[in-house]
Amino acid sequence: MTLNAPALDSTTSAPQPTSNQVPALSVAGVNHSYGARKALNDVSFAVRPASFTALLGLNGAGKSTLFSLITRLFAVQTGHIGIFGHDIGRTPGEALRLLGVVFQPRTLDLDLSLTQNLLYHAALHGIARREARARSAELLARIGLADRAGNKVRDLSGGQMRRLEIARALLHRPRLLLLDEATVGLDVKARADIVGHVRQLVTEQGIGVLWATHLFDEIAATDDLVVLHQGRVLARGPVPQVIAEAGAADVNAAFARLTTQASPSSVNPVSVNPARSADA
Amino acid sequence: MTLTTIHPATPTRSGFSAGEYITCLTGIVWREGLRFLHQRERFVSALVRPLVWLFIFAAGFRQVLGISIIPPYETYILYEVYIAPGLMAMIQLFNGMQSSLSMVYDREMGNMRTLLVSPLPRGYLLFCKLLAGTAVSVLQVYAFLAIAWFWDITPPPMGYLTVLPALILSGLMLGALGMLISSGIKQLENFAGVMNFVIFPMFFASSALYPLWRVEEGSPWLAYLCEANPFTHAVELIRFALYGKLNWVSLAVVGGCTAVFMIGAILAYDPSRGFVRRGPGGEA
Repeated sequence: MTLNAPALDSTTSAPQPTSNQVPALSVAGVNHSYGARKALNDVSFAVRPASFTALLGLNGAGKSTLFSLITRLFAVQTGHIGIFGHDIGRTPGEALRLLGVVFQPRTLDLDLSLTQNLLYHAALHGIARREARARSAELLARIGLADRAGNKVRDLSGGQMRRLEIARALLHRPRLLLLDEATVGLDVKARADIVGHVRQLVTEQGIGVLWATHLFDEIAATDDLVVLHQGRVLARGPVPQVIAEAGAADVNAAFARLTTQASPSSVNPVSVNPARSADA
Repeated sequence: MTLTTIHPATPTRSGFSAGEYITCLTGIVWREGLRFLHQRERFVSALVRPLVWLFIFAAGFRQVLGISIIPPYETYILYEVYIAPGLMAMIQLFNGMQSSLSMVYDREMGNMRTLLVSPLPRGYLLFCKLLAGTAVSVLQVYAFLAIAWFWDITPPPMGYLTVLPALILSGLMLGALGMLISSGIKQLENFAGVMNFVIFPMFFASSALYPLWRVEEGSPWLAYLCEANPFTHAVELIRFALYGKLNWVSLAVVGGCTAVFMIGAILAYDPSRGFVRRGPGGEA
């Protein structure tokens, strides 16, 4: 890859996005249906490079469908998805080179060691074995699991597995990272660690992040926000802007107001305890 | 947040080098090998099945099913010797289906996502997966041959080498068939029924256990059916190759079927099957 992300141990500041910068991710007019059921309806938004964008929606909002489309697991039915300007349908190879993904379900091989899991991922990206070993060691050290490199993954805790999955997603040095409900099932400390780690990637390495969640406390005031509800984008923009436009005091209230307006019968998410929210 | 649909793409290298393709292939084969080593029971069961046929079934039917001199054999042979190639193909048949089962399982558990978000072409990734499954089946076959040697299944030494290309081709054909079948399966539970409609008919309606001239004596139409069965040709390809000979008809049939099944499997493979949870409340 000629255009790698900055080195993993880089401590330089992230490049500041400009208005004419190519979006890390652009989703424009995307629709998706499962038979007669419409899962996504004219979804459009963009993720800037070196930014943290939260994709907020309840279970069933269409977040996972959207992720499957962005990662080419599903074919785009209508609309356009681009990763740094590369259309995922027309030039998937170029687009996927720049993309790292952490899926909602665990996708690690439990019977393989940490290093073996990373080497397998590296091979899938065509990274030669020697280089892959060096990057794996570096990443494992970075996430504090270097001493367990040879252990089987099934011996790790849930939080450690997630950290490993994030490390794996970074192995080929992507410039856009997608995380689909990456903290589901983790305790409060592990969740905070994961969110902090990903935010660090944005500031230190300039990676664009799309963070799908249904937990309000994972969203910071400096983030960009996309509110997805029943397959539609209800709001998008910087968090303060979304809150202001919704005429609310905070993200919780803004989300409640937006979703109530969109579908009065929907569950009020404010009543949901984020820490106990179960994933569907 | 700006919403832009048309932007000049950030330059990145297009296409992949031969080295990247090879690295990917070796990585997938390596991982399949590791998984196989970790699943010792799978290895044992893969060996036990043909050995039971060889040690028990063949011993019991030795007197009933005498074999005349038929190519590639140049003399009378024991029934055990006759069915050995059939049992080798049986190992590959089961392995091919099991690999497909693993793909359905992986798809349901999400592991296939890791594979499919690789930037390399999807068709190539599936081919690599197929080749990895074939490599495992070839290892199983050689383990079987090693044990069978103590049971007087002793092909010419060169046969162990000449049979390798035949095993690779037949393994690919059976794996591709399994992949094609798994493409139409939405859930893991549906696979068991399909297995019964594929494995047993293919195995029994072939030349694995009895020569076709014997089948023809009993039922000509069944003999035609056996001849049309690609598994029969996989068995014959292996049988001839094990004795350093080439059965051109079988080679053509197995090669053609491999191409058709593989193209069909790649075109039919839809990762969205099994990813979407059905029913109200399921995350779409």
